[in-house]
This record gives sequence, structure tokens and C-alpha cells, in this order.
Amino acid sequence: MSASHSVQVKEAPYYYVPADSAHPVRTSVTMLLILVGAVTWINHVPYGQYLFLFGLLALFINLYQWFGDAIRESESGMNSKRIDLSYRWGMGWFIFSEVMFFAAFFGSLWYAREVTTPWLSDMDHQLLLWPGFTGQWPNLGPAGIVSHFETIGPFWLPTINTLLLLTSGLTLTLSHHALRANHRKSTIFWLFVTVVLGFTFVFFQAEEYIHAYTELNLRFDSGIYGSLFFMLTGFHGFHVILGATMLTVILIRLLRGHFTADHHFGFEGAAWYWHFVDVVWLGLYLFVYWF
Amino acid sequence: QVQDMPGGPKVLQINLHKGVTEIAESMHSLHMMMLIICTVIFVAVFGVMFYSIWAHRKSKGFKASTFHEHMGVEVAWTVIPFIIVIAMALPATKTVVAMKDTSSADITVKATGYQWKWGYEYLDGDAKGISFLSNMTTPYDQIEGGAEKSNTYLMEVDNELVVPAGKKVRVVLTADDVIHSFFVPELGVKQDAIPGFLRDAWFRTDKLGTYRGQCAELCGQNHAFMPIVVRVVSPEDYEKWIAEQQKVAAK
Amino acid sequence: MSSTVVGHAPDHHGHDDHHHAAPTGWRRWLFATNHKDIGTMYLLFSFIMLLEGGTLALLIRAELFEPGVQFFRPDLFNQFTTMHGLIMIFGAIMPSLVGFANYMIPLQIGASDMAFARMNNFSFWLLPVGAILLTGSFFVPGGATAAGWTLYAPLSLQMGPGMDMAIFAVHILGASSIMGAINIIVTILNMRAPGMTLMKMPLFCWTWLITAFLLIAVMPVLAAAVTMLLTDRHFGTGFFNAAAGGDPVLYQHVFWFFGHPEVYIMILPAFGIVSAIIPTFSRKRLFGYASMVYATAAIAVLSFIVWAHHMFATGMPVTGQLYFMYATMLISIPTGVKVFNWVATMWRGSLTFETPMLFSIGFIFVFTIGGFTGLILAMAPIDIAVHDTYYVVAHFHYVLVAGSLFALFAGTYYWLPKWTGRMYNEKLGKIHFWSTMLSFNVTFFPMHFLGLAGMPRRYVDYAPQFTDFHQIATIGAFWFGFSQLLFLYIVLKTYRGSGETATAQVWEGAEGLEWTLPSPLPFHTFETPPVVK
Ligand code: HEA
Ligand code: HEA
Ligand code: CUA
Ligand SMILES: [Cu+2]
Repeated sequence: MSASHSVQVKEAPYYYVPADSAHPVRTSVTMLLILVGAVTWINHVPYGQYLFLFGLLALFINLYQWFGDAIRESESGMNSKRIDLSYRWGMGWFIFSEVMFFAAFFGSLWYAREVTTPWLSDMDHQLLLWPGFTGQWPNLGPAGIVSHFETIGPFWLPTINTLLLLTSGLTLTLSHHALRANHRKSTIFWLFVTVVLGFTFVFFQAEEYIHAYTELNLRFDSGIYGSLFFMLTGFHGFHVILGATMLTVILIRLLRGHFTADHHFGFEGAAWYWHFVDVVWLGLYLFVYWF
Repeated sequence: QVQDMPGGPKVLQINLHKGVTEIAESMHSLHMMMLIICTVIFVAVFGVMFYSIWAHRKSKGFKASTFHEHMGVEVAWTVIPFIIVIAMALPATKTVVAMKDTSSADITVKATGYQWKWGYEYLDGDAKGISFLSNMTTPYDQIEGGAEKSNTYLMEVDNELVVPAGKKVRVVLTADDVIHSFFVPELGVKQDAIPGFLRDAWFRTDKLGTYRGQCAELCGQNHAFMPIVVRVVSPEDYEKWIAEQQKVAAK
Repeated sequence: MSSTVVGHAPDHHGHDDHHHAAPTGWRRWLFATNHKDIGTMYLLFSFIMLLEGGTLALLIRAELFEPGVQFFRPDLFNQFTTMHGLIMIFGAIMPSLVGFANYMIPLQIGASDMAFARMNNFSFWLLPVGAILLTGSFFVPGGATAAGWTLYAPLSLQMGPGMDMAIFAVHILGASSIMGAINIIVTILNMRAPGMTLMKMPLFCWTWLITAFLLIAVMPVLAAAVTMLLTDRHFGTGFFNAAAGGDPVLYQHVFWFFGHPEVYIMILPAFGIVSAIIPTFSRKRLFGYASMVYATAAIAVLSFIVWAHHMFATGMPVTGQLYFMYATMLISIPTGVKVFNWVATMWRGSLTFETPMLFSIGFIFVFTIGGFTGLILAMAPIDIAVHDTYYVVAHFHYVLVAGSLFALFAGTYYWLPKWTGRMYNEKLGKIHFWSTMLSFNVTFFPMHFLGLAGMPRRYVDYAPQFTDFHQIATIGAFWFGFSQLLFLYIVLKTYRGSGETATAQVWEGAEGLEWTLPSPLPFHTFETPPVVK
């Protein structure tokens, strides 16, 4: 009758409920620091950025500990099949929420192109408000306050990036198959390749941004086009970084001997996330770069 | 003692304005129709409920039945409301179509919302080129409570929007800063004014008079202090008014 | 020991091998992983927010007692209106409903706890962060945001740092909601006791299952909307700036795509609570259980395709107006099904009228008035006449206060004996009900008249012709507000252990798993899942 979630327990409980934990409330405090830091920073209050960065650091430390606990529980066999299923449902719904987040921006892109632009350039508007605004897409806005920019077509960087991501999806699947077949070496190898591809994507994306800012004069404040372009690709890029980081953590866990052929939700969750990021990119590739 | 405001709200007014335009009138009658239908349904539903509350109480020794499903009534109370809703939508559709039809107007006025006043500009007809700003004239000490409030408190302006009776007036709306809304109850008009965009609305009335409204979209601290006053005059007076305005402008 | 799950008495404060003894003191609350404790914290938090939001409402009502600008600068008044809306919606109503979900869903489906106990605590502790940001924004230069709870651009682009705090508060409260919703969905889908099929679940679980889906679907959209505000404010983007090719109305579309489902997020769980209470005090099964489930789902689906009924006055093309009018009107059909089912449940029951039942009947009665005014608003031509007037204010207080808030009161009285092991004071409860019910109508019914007569909302000052009804509303509001102190008193007294001891079943007609557990509830429940036949 000893009270513990000791590492020796082999049989998982029916549903393991973690003991009281300091992680959530601490993480909330870091969120407060981050947000107050952000508010002060963007409003030019001195030292705001330090508060923000300090909060961010504290957040990382907290999450490291929190996930550490969760991983230890998983590895010590506390997680029954049922908990495994909970994690799956949870991850699935989380990804759904992310889908809706991106959907809002894609919807805005559609609206800006198909509703706003034609409206701003119809006859009445040309006559009374915006003489000479013809309403192509992309445009500089009707008021001439946006300085001229060039856009980025699908060739070649975005296409290369598409190939990178598609390939990474493939290698990730190979890795998963290897894990299921208990071939640890090739699991690690393919996952490693995936992570490298992911970060290469990020690298190219950064290149593209530099190119856009320095040579094309395409900026975050380049009117509605620039706003949408950077918002969409930016949030996507951020999610790629997140996904690649998850995969890196999984890689490290694999190297430490975590996961078994039939118990590896962590791996699969990160993989789903990666595929989601992949699909979002296809949307971007089509609607931001191609059309 | 407060009196009804001419062209504005009445004391203890409990219903929509009867309105002086066709659209305002159909708004009023649509609302009456809805009110009656909803009241009937309400009385029917809660009649049943209160009968049950009165008759089926335990303190009277009423024993509970055990039914808990009935295909027939469940279908009925899905289908019948559906029919009712369609019946409501039909007349509303007609009004929507009429309300949105701003074509073939006799006079077009551009109204621009500013923080916190309205600007008017006549775009066609004899009045073409006339433009002015319209500010609230209610003095500060009335607002602060020092002076007694006039009967048109908050709904009076220096320069009214003047239009002729019997003519279809199209108001083209835009705004300079944030969203405002051009709202005159008696005319049955409410239309947001959106910065950088044009929207339009229309009205036509034969009834001469002054009609008062207010900005109906939160637009900052003086949102309550940018009224709209429309004066509908006879065509002759309209011409006179135009002449006056042009004289002033010529100076 | 082989299997960790051994059948044991539910009051056994388990120290078997998979969890600790119940933590005590502040750790119990700060570090909680127990769904009941977290539920309690949610409810407490939301009540504090109700007082804060309510106090703001009373300040608004005080200013509106007479025409003229008496107490507050117009800008401060707008801050009050805005923060009242934000705090009530995101601080009071939503968290309290999540609190009920936390407390009751595991008990109703026979689960030992929520699916993700630590994340559950995290969802809760994000709320005070949001509350601090919102409340704190009053004290920064420029004050709180005064752009209305809808935060319409471009007005919201003009605000000071208080606006940024509101944006971040919305982000953080949204994150909390999403995590809470994921937790609820997973708990319901994955942790039901053996034999508890979906169609056997209490309706409260069903309404929350669907609500959680709505939350996950629309909170990210709100996050996107306010993120665009943030970048427009600080990073030079032009989403809502026509001069740069953007569109202020785009903000409204994105916002209301969230905003309309949001109002059903606030009412569906309330429907669930009422659907639990009516059968108990009618001593009769809920009528039309299956059609209740379908109606809830239908409301949820429809809620995604009606959003622009908030935007009739923005000037949509005529087809847009017609479409959104028709679609909106359809929602009254599934909602009507619910009302009819409740009445049919009472029909030929054996009714008694304890406080929870009174609040539930009050709910149906007054909510339906709000529903009808909603239907009237859905008629585009009428909406043009009353949009952004007090008619709308009346409508949504009828559905939110008499809807959600009444259901929350009903639920509290209903389950309070289960939570505390004591009966509340029935007499005081009834006084609370009647006082609330009457004052509610005194406060908000005259607002219909004001709106029809053309009194715009968010006005610090008004024409003297509107005075009478405003004064009635203000009197009602103070009466209503102070009635809630009675509620506080009743609940606190019950918690402190006065009153008769409650039995396990508490109410004669109560059915369901939660009533098989002792009152007060032991710290751990259903560690061994019950078998439902
Ligand atoms: C809990 C919250 C809640 C709920 C449940 C509702 C329910 C409904 N609402 Fe409401 N609404 C709000 C909260 C809510 N609303 C808020 C907060 C705002 C303002 C936001 C802001 O601007 O700040 C708003 C604003 C609002 C508007 C915009 C007004 C404007 O700004 O101009 C409209 C317009 O269509 C509307 C319509 C409806 C309809 C049709 C319903 C329907 O769901 C109602 C259905 C119910 C019934 C109809 C009654 C029962 C039915 C029967 C008994 C069956 C028989 C009946 C018939 C067939 C007729 N609402
Ligand atoms: C969800 C919930 C909700 C609830 C519960 C309420 C509750 C109340 N609201 Fe509402 N209200 C909104 C949501 C809500 N409101 C929204 C969304 C808006 C729109 C905002 C906008 O336009 O942007 C709005 C707007 C709004 C307006 C319009 C403001 C304007 O347009 O300028 C008014 C005016 O009368 C008002 C009044 C009230 C009143 C009197 C109550 C009463 O029910 C409150 C009762 C009071 C209490 C329950 C508190 C009790 C406290 C005490 C007795 C004091 C004791 C103090 C301490 C112990 C500290 N509200
Ligand atoms: Cu202009 Cu309100
Ligand atoms: Cu709505």
C-alpha cells in the first residue's frame, strides 16, 4: 500500500490520474509574465522585452519539467491503453483547433481577394473614393500608401520547399514503419532525415523572407497582400519550427531507448502534427504562391 | 416637463416609429406581425405549461405518467414551426428587396461620418456641389447638468440635411476614421458608414418635417453626440434652400 | 499486486498504489488535479467575475439613471460597457459552465476524473491570468479598451495599451477554453463507464460534448481575429484598413464567425442543466431524449452558417441579407423542439417546485421571450430598425441572464447538496428566485421599448424622452444585483455546514450515476468504473 507512482509498477492502472502538480500553476505564471512583457514591449515601455524573454525562458523550463514528468509516467507504464487513446483523441482535437486557426486566415485571404478588392474598385468607389484603383490581385491598396513591391512566385524556392516537406512526410512514415517493425536503427535514421528536412525548410523560408525584405520590398506592411502573405507563411513557419522541435524531442527520446513497437503515442502525435503542417503548406503553396 | 420630440422619440414610446416612408411602415407592420405570431405561440406553449404546473403537481397527489416519446407530436412540432417560419420570411423578403434597391434615385447625397460629426455633400441635381458639416448644437452645460435640457436635447444640429419631399433620396455613406452608422428611425434607415468603402441606403417621403436620428455604431467617446437631422421640405423650398446655400458658398 | 484497480468503497480515500492521499491546504487548490476541486475553483472564480462584471453593470446603470453625463466621462463609460461584456462572457458565464462540466461530467459518466487532469488545472489557472490582464487594463494609461466587447476595427485600432491587454486576455482565455474543451470531449468520448453508451448519457454531457466541439472550432478563429488586430495596431499590417486594400468588415466576418457559435456555447450547456432538472422534479423521464440530442446538434451545425445576422446594417448585398435571414430563422426550429420537450416532460408529471425547478421553469419562460426577440431580430428589415439599439441589449440579456445565468443558479441549487452534503435553505432559495425573476424583468423588459423607440446602445447619454424606462431599468438592476448577494449568502451558509444533511439521492426523482454516490462527495469517485446496464 505504498503511495507512489514508482517506476517499477508494470501493470498500468485503469486510468492513471496524476498526483497534484505544480506545473500548471507555474506555467500560468510564466504566461502572465510573457503577456505583460509583450504588452509593455510593444508599447515601448523600457525593459518590456526582458520581461517577455524571461517569461519565455521560464515557460520553456516549466514545459521541460512538465513534459519530463509526463514522459516518465509513460515510460514507467502508467499509461494504459485507455490513456493512450485519450492522448490520441486529445491530439486530434488539438490539431483540429489549429486547422480552424489557419482556416480563419485562409478565409481572410479569400475574402480580401474575392470580396474586398472588387468592391474597392467598383464604379462607385472609383468615382467617389479611389479614382483609378483597378483592383488587381495583388495590389498596393487604393490610397497609394503602400510602396511598390514584387511578389514571390512558386519558382523555385517555394517549390523546393514543397518537395522538402513532402519528402519529409515520406521519411517520417518510413520511420514510423520501422518503429512498428522494431527496427530501431532505421527508425532513428529516417526520423533524423525528417528533422533535417524540416529545418532545411525553415532555413529556406528564412532565406525567402530576407529576399522579400531586401530585394522585393515585400514586407509585413505591404498592404493587404503583404499582411496576408507574412501572416500565413509566418504562422506556418512557426508551426514548422514547433513540429520540427517536437520531432527532435522524439528523436532524442528514441536515442534514449524510449517507445516500443506498440506503445509510442509521442511519436505518432508529433507525426500527425507534422503531417498537418505539411497539408497547410500545400494550401499555402496553392493559394499564396500559385494563384 | 419633457414632451415628445418632433421627428424623434416620444415620451414612453413602446413601439417602433410608425415611420414616414414606405420602408419604415413595412418595418413597423412586419414587427407587428411578428409580435402577434410570437405572442400567440408564447401563450399557447406556456398555457400548456402553466396548466401542467397547476394540475399535475405532487401536492395534489398527481401520479407521474411514464411516457417519454411520441413520434407524432415530435414530428408535428418540428414541421409546424418550419411552416410558420416560412410564412414569416415571405413578407420580410419583399421588404428586404425593396429596402436594398437604391437604383434610380432622384437625388444622391454623400454622407461622411467623422469623429464626431457628419459631413454631407450633394452629388447631383441642382444642389450639386453643396457640402457642409453637421455638428450637434446641444450646449455643454445642458449635458453637464447645469442648464435645463431642451426638448431636442442631443438630437439637434447646426446644419440639417435638407431634402425635397416625394423624391427618392439615395444616401451614399462612407466614413473618415472609424465605422459610424446613419440611423434615422422615422425614415426607416440604418446603414453603417465604413471608412474607405461606400454603402448606400435610400428613403422617400411625402411628409414634410424634421426627422431625427443618431449615430448607431460605437465610434469613440462622443458616439452619443453626433446626431443626424433630416429636414424634408417641399420642392419649392428645396430650390430656395439651394439658392441660399449657393449664395453663402459664393461669398 | 497485480491489477491496480480493486473495487473499494467510494469513500475510501484511496491510498492504493496509483495515487496519493488527498493533498491538503493551499496545495490542494493550487496544484489540484482533482476534477471536483478544479470545478469548485472554476465556479468560485466565475462568481467573482460575475460580481466584477455586475458591479460594472451597476455603474453603467447608475450613469444611465438620468439623461446627461453625471458620473463618468463618456470614454470611461465606454470602458465600462466593454469590460462588462468581456468579463461577463469570458469571465463569468463561460468559466462557470466549464466548472459544471468539470464537476459533473465525470460523475455522470462514471469516470474517475477528467482525461487530462494536469491540463485541466492549467486551463483553470490561465483564467486568473486573463482576469488580471482585463482588470489591470483599467489602470494603464488610456484605460481599458472602450471599443465594445466585439472590439470592432478600426475603433479598436485607436485604443491605448489597454486594448493590447484585452487582446492577450482573449488569447489566453481562448487557450484555456480550447484546452478545457479538449479535456471535456476526450473525457466523454473515452472515459465513459462500461455500458454507458452515448445515447444513455445524461443530456448535460451531450450538450457539453457538442459545446466543446463548438469551442474547439471557433475559439481559434477569434484568436486569429484579434491577432490581426494586434498586428494592425503594432506591426503595420493593413487587414482592416481600406487604404491598404484591407477591409474593416473583414474583421466583423471573422469575429462573428466566432461570435455566433459563441452564444450557443453559452446556452447549450445551460439547456443541459435544465434538461437534468426538469425530469427530476417532474418525476418523469425527459421527453424526447433522442430528439433533444438531434436538436442540440442541429443548433450547433446551424450556428456556423448564420453569423452575418449581426451585420445586416453593414450593407451586404441583398442575397446575403436574405440568406442570413433565412438561415437564422431556421435555428428557432430545433430550439423550439427543446422548449416543447421540456413542457412535455412536465406534462402529466408529478411536479414539485424546489428552487432548482423554479429557476428552470423561469429559464424556459424567460429564455423563450429572448428567443422570440432573437427571431424578430433575425428578420432583416426589423433588424435594420433595431440593430445597435437597446432592443438588442434586451434580447441578449434575456437569453444570457435569464438563459445561461438562471440555468447556472438552477444547477447550483440542484447539485449543491451533492457537493456539500447539506441542504441549502429552501425558503431563502425561493426568495432568491422570486427576487431575481422579478427584478430581472423590471431591469430588462423596458429595454425592448427603449430599443424600439430608437435608443442606441453604448450611449453614455440619451434624449430625455427615454428617461422613464431607463430609470425603471436602473432600479431593477440594483434590485437584481443585490439579490445576488442573497445567493452568495445561501451558498456560503450551505458550505459551512448548516442545513439538513443530504441523502445520496438528495431529490426524490433524481436519477443518474452522480446520485448513487454519497453526499458530500468523497475526494475520489468511480476509481473503479461502475457498470451501467
Ligand atoms: C445565449 C445567448 C444567445 C442566444 C441563445 C441567442 C439566440 C438567438 N439570437 Fe441572439 N444574440 C446574443 C446572444 C444570444 N442569442 C448576443 C450576445 C447578441 C448581441 C451581440 C452584440 O452585438 O453585442 C445577439 C444578437 C442577435 C442578433 C443581432 C442583433 C443586432 O445586433 O442587430 C440576432 C439577429 O438575428 C440574433 C438572433 C438570435 C436568434 C434567432 C436566436 C435563436 O437561437 C432563438 C431561438 C429560440 C426561439 C425562437 C424561442 C423558442 C422557440 C419556440 C417556442 C418554437 C416556436 C417558435 C417559432 C417557430 C416562431 N441575436
Ligand atoms: C453574459 C452575460 C451578461 C450578464 C450576466 C449581464 C448582466 C447585466 N447587464 Fe449586461 N451586457 C452583456 C452581457 C451580460 N450582462 C454584454 C455582452 C453586453 C454588451 C457589451 C457591449 O456593448 O460591448 C452588455 C451590455 C449591457 C448594457 C448596455 C450598455 C451599453 O450599451 O452602453 C447594460 C445596460 O443596462 C447592461 C446591464 C446589465 C445588468 C444590469 C446586468 C445585471 O444582471 C448584473 C447584476 C449584477 C450583479 C450580479 C452583481 C452584483 C454585485 C453587487 C450587488 C455589488 C456588490 C459588490 C461587490 C461585492 C464587489 N449590460
Ligand atoms: Cu459615430 Cu457613433
Ligand atoms: Cu448571433
